[in-house]
Amino acid sequence: MFLRIVAASAALVLGSAAAIAQGAKPTDPQIAHIAYTAGQIDIGTAKLALQKSKNKDVRAFAQDMVRDHTAVNQKALALVKKLKVKPEDNPTSKSLSEQAKGTLASLKKLNGAAFDKAYADNEVEYHKTVNGALEGSLIPAASNPELKELLQTGLKIFQGHQQHAEQVAKSL
Amino acid sequence: MGAVALLLGALPAAAETIRVEMGDVGYKPADISAHVGDTVEWVNNDFLAHTATARNKEWDVMIQPKKTGRITLKRAGTIDYFCRFHPNMTGRISVAE
Repeated sequence: MFLRIVAASAALVLGSAAAIAQGAKPTDPQIAHIAYTAGQIDIGTAKLALQKSKNKDVRAFAQDMVRDHTAVNQKALALVKKLKVKPEDNPTSKSLSEQAKGTLASLKKLNGAAFDKAYADNEVEYHKTVNGALEGSLIPAASNPELKELLQTGLKIFQGHQQHAEQVAKSL
Repeated sequence: MGAVALLLGALPAAAETIRVEMGDVGYKPADISAHVGDTVEWVNNDFLAHTATARNKEWDVMIQPKKTGRITLKRAGTIDYFCRFHPNMTGRISVAE
């Protein structure tokens, strides 16, 4: 039950973020901030998993998340610098960060197999929701073609993460 | 003329290197045909590390961004492979004798 609440709250958080993003069409500086924040959140969750988990598959997945999201965010930072776009904080980014704090707090209370399962389930839901937001609102709203292209590549990468997370969750 | 053809036919085909690009979270081309003894070389043009991992676990090559990795095909058959980090990246090698 608790596990379901953790996963469901993550979905709710990002679901509402997607809803906000859809409500008022986000600008490129806002989109850059949302995408960067979403990546940083997943890095933070992965770092917690690396502290807590002893499961080989969970740890390997968490390392992949740190490596890939760091690479994507470095690419994003280089792009905004090149385009002279200043990422702009916005209600979606704020709500993402707030909700991520809640998810981290819930995960911190768990240990062993319960942690592994909750982390993997959360990763499935998180990537599903981020991918939904990218596909449904952020990519269509992006006006700069290079930003749009990076978001599209990001979507493919994160769809891969979602599949990988589903495999890990199923194996637990 | 006939003797030359006979001679050439008897010689084993020279081993080739088949190049597959890793780019935009995909293998290009995703499907390749090769012969036993050929080498498959993956060139990672993405900004992320990828793997080429055989589903039958025969080989698993990790390739950092802007690097290459290779394997030599030892047996005939069809090998399906994927990226362990991004399982939506899939490829196939059809290996003939």
